[in-house]
Amino acid sequence: MTRPPTPETLAHRPSPATVAAAAGQHGAVVTGPVATTGAGSLVRSLEALGVEVAFGIPGGTILPAYDPLYDSKVRHILVRHEQGAGHAATGYAQATGRVGVCIATSGPGATNLVTPIADAYMDSVPIVAITGQVSRPAIGTDAFQEADIQGITLPITKHNFLIQSPDDIPRIVAEAFHLAATGRPGPVLVDIPKDVQQAPTTFAWPPTLDLPGYRPTLHPHGKQIREAARLIAGAKRPVLYVGGGVLKAGATEGLRKLAEMTGMPVVTTLMALGSFPDSHPQHLGMPGMHGTVPAVYALQKSDLLVVLGARFDDRVTGKLDSFAPDAKIVHADIDPAEIGKNRHADVPIVGDARHVIDELIAAVSGNATGAGSYPAWWKTLNDLQERYPLGYDEPTDGTLSPQYVIERIGKLVGPDAIYTAGVGQHQMWASQFISFENPGTWLNSGGAGTMGYAVPAAMGAKVGRPDVAVWAIDGDGCFQMTNQELATCALEGIPVKIAVINNGNLGMVRQWQTLFYQGRYSNTELGTHKHRIPDFVKLAEALGCIGLRCESKDDVDKTIKAAMEINDAPVVIDFTVGKDAMVWPMVAAGTSNDEIMFARDVRPTFEEDDL
Amino acid sequence: MTMHTLSVLVENKPSVLARVSGLFSRRGFNIDSLAVGETENPEVSRITIVVNADSSPLEQVTKQLNKLVNVLKIVELDPQQSVQRELLLVKVRADRAQRAQVLETVELFRAKVIDVAPDTLTIEATGNPDKLDALLRDLEPYGIKEMVQSGLVAIGRGSRSITTGPALRAA
Repeated sequence: MTRPPTPETLAHRPSPATVAAAAGQHGAVVTGPVATTGAGSLVRSLEALGVEVAFGIPGGTILPAYDPLYDSKVRHILVRHEQGAGHAATGYAQATGRVGVCIATSGPGATNLVTPIADAYMDSVPIVAITGQVSRPAIGTDAFQEADIQGITLPITKHNFLIQSPDDIPRIVAEAFHLAATGRPGPVLVDIPKDVQQAPTTFAWPPTLDLPGYRPTLHPHGKQIREAARLIAGAKRPVLYVGGGVLKAGATEGLRKLAEMTGMPVVTTLMALGSFPDSHPQHLGMPGMHGTVPAVYALQKSDLLVVLGARFDDRVTGKLDSFAPDAKIVHADIDPAEIGKNRHADVPIVGDARHVIDELIAAVSGNATGAGSYPAWWKTLNDLQERYPLGYDEPTDGTLSPQYVIERIGKLVGPDAIYTAGVGQHQMWASQFISFENPGTWLNSGGAGTMGYAVPAAMGAKVGRPDVAVWAIDGDGCFQMTNQELATCALEGIPVKIAVINNGNLGMVRQWQTLFYQGRYSNTELGTHKHRIPDFVKLAEALGCIGLRCESKDDVDKTIKAAMEINDAPVVIDFTVGKDAMVWPMVAAGTSNDEIMFARDVRPTFEEDDL
Repeated sequence: MTMHTLSVLVENKPSVLARVSGLFSRRGFNIDSLAVGETENPEVSRITIVVNADSSPLEQVTKQLNKLVNVLKIVELDPQQSVQRELLLVKVRADRAQRAQVLETVELFRAKVIDVAPDTLTIEATGNPDKLDALLRDLEPYGIKEMVQSGLVAIGRGSRSITTGPALRAA
């Protein structure tokens, strides 16, 4: 399809170099025109974009694409369930910063991608999902394996396409990668009818992108930056509230510089762990429902929040109208719609976190008043850090402590490894008791809270970073949702480590039943303790992995080290832990952050001195 | 709550209307009226949306609309600085006894009769929503058998065109 370019198109016409850069590719490719089919054009487009790996499962309507893929330099990893393909693409993208790719057939293949696409949308992860669709004449007839996947994914993709002509394939695939990777990243779906894949066409590269309505703002407004610097200079109780956008922008060095220049305390959200070293003295930890007392308190009592690439999620703010009541807000985000969505911004800044931070550094260093060192503020915060550190009690019933297991994994495996997590208690403990020192080392499902994320995400991360140890901290509930991908890992040579923190229960749900439902444990007991169904060691072995079990504190280090020694197969460790441990601190859902509990029935005491 | 009229220029492509209307329902914004049609440029469609919103949710509406890849430009039309029109077709009971009175009302509102049957008249009227409401009020006593209304369309006054004017790009 050729259309006359509009003035806007001409103004926003990325060069081959920008397209290539967006896809994470090294050099631009110029090819064509070559006679091929739609399927050939698709695979050539993926190659030209520098795609090194795609996760997927073939099926009826995507079969034509799998034929040229057979000879392609794009590595295809045959997963066992499309959900695994989607989360693997997400894990790959989060670990490498490049666009992750997953492929599925029409109908159920495509709908199985819905959960990982929604997950990637909530956490702004750049993935491209390619799905087969029934042939054009059959669309809308309830044909075999037909699903309106474009309609289904409309609210959970950054954008999606249904390709109507084989000639459009290079352009649309390039647009999909450009959209996924630039601005606020996110998932993009490309649906391709089978007859479009089969039809003859010509392939030429690079295509010209035609996205006249897509113009992300990367550079912040100078006036707003100066205003932010002025507020920082005048603040008495400022906090840097850092979100996942800082990691996505690759702005972690700048963040450290800004923090150290100004002396401001830093809190990093669940999505931002690793953006600022946990060991840094200015780091107060994670805010939110299971955040540290100092981090939660600092936000509540702050007079200035400098919010970078974060979105005032309800799990961070608690009851919104009582969140940080005295704070002025400097809110920087690449997505203008995040600014003012939940909390009014006194200084709105639209821009890429890297540029925002660089310009803030320049503006703050030019401040006549200079940066404050906030001694009174730090005295209060340091006191809280001392009185309310993260910790846990050893179980009194002699069972193994889940927090201890996770803490030891973090210590022995170290901060250079990549950790993934499922969703629940084990995820929160991993966020608390592993020390994250480097960007891209913590992958989890933050916004969507997708149980079953850990195993396939670890697989994707290991494929993207084969040189790095990848550990999935998983729960026994989560593990049973997606462990089929261990067969993929075993056969494809992807030696991930899976630590199943097996408490025999849906632990976080059980914790809420303990606290809010009078201990009525409705449907949270999984039987992995009582009946040992499944037996995770046998299951691991059946899936071609090494299975280990650890039931006592004395064996924890030994077992972790044994797993670390194994590098030719995936390893699953069944850490059989007690079921009564709970995640603390906690701000109960729907309550104010002021109601934070340090432990059950233990309310922190705050000195209400005038700061 | 105040009414706002947004003119949204979008790429004339399949699924764009679904993206826009889906966004409104998903984000819990209420649409009072929505009208779509081609513009002077066949590649561009114009959606006129009337929303009942306070200024802060309206800013969210605008920002979320701007995020849609197919949305090119959004302009809020000031009611004083724009012309706003709806189209109304209404079938009114009008037997011999009533017909003269109904025709008088049609005259008064500068509407016109577009179909005649022994016991009804079908009337076409255009105007701003207030005028059409008034017309309907006057016709109601005769008995409205059926009616259909278009969404509101609006265009700015003066010589400037929406494609050259400034866009609504909050924050």
